[in-house]
Amino acid sequence: MELVVRFFALYRERAGANTHRLELPEGATVADLTVEVRRLFPRLAPPEVQIVVAVNTDYAEPETVLRDGDDVCLIPPVSGG
Amino acid sequence: MIELTHNPLNPEKITLQVRRDTNGAVVTFLGNTRNNFEGKQVLTLEYEAYDDMALKKLGEVREELIAQFGLEDIAISHRIGSVPIGETSLVVAVASPHRKEAFQACHAAVDRIKKVVPIWKKEIFQDGSRWVACEDHEFDPPEFDPSEAAAHTHRD
Repeated sequence: MELVVRFFALYRERAGANTHRLELPEGATVADLTVEVRRLFPRLAPPEVQIVVAVNTDYAEPETVLRDGDDVCLIPPVSGG
Repeated sequence: MIELTHNPLNPEKITLQVRRDTNGAVVTFLGNTRNNFEGKQVLTLEYEAYDDMALKKLGEVREELIAQFGLEDIAISHRIGSVPIGETSLVVAVASPHRKEAFQACHAAVDRIKKVVPIWKKEIFQDGSRWVACEDHEFDPPEFDPSEAAAHTHRD
């Protein structure tokens, strides 16, 4: 399946892009996605930092299964207020 | 009322939105942009949001707290984009029949917003900038060796 991943704030700057299109096997999970994202963008986050993912505007667990057309965003540590 | 806006916030107007004659108490919190970070002068702040999710999460925070504290209403307005020093970036107005719940709920709302809503702020200094709350993620790309990251991953 093909997914478009969106980057925000710190991750957007580190990735040097707003979005990236990537290919994942059917049945891939959020954990699989973050492995692929780290492979493509090794400088996005240090290995000990968990990359938080939102799917369709909700925080997703690593075991969440992704589907074609999902809205996938990488969420760096938030700092509103 | 939930709002993200690029315009300056009007706390009085936002507070008036939650007032009812049944409220004995209204507590309004103003989050303002501070001029320093650990003694270093901050020139301005830039806020960025994942709009769709931020609005959804702000709405959830509002609903949760209304239910938890038995409130009449909460209004939350967050400013996005460039916010000069000394201006207001966040307004939370809480209306309740009694003051105790209004204070508690306002405090809880601000804590929750800072924790779950996908909004980010960047402090702009004379000689650089920094995304706030990313201290734990200090990470200098030029010194980072991806092969080390791979080694770490494999050790898991």
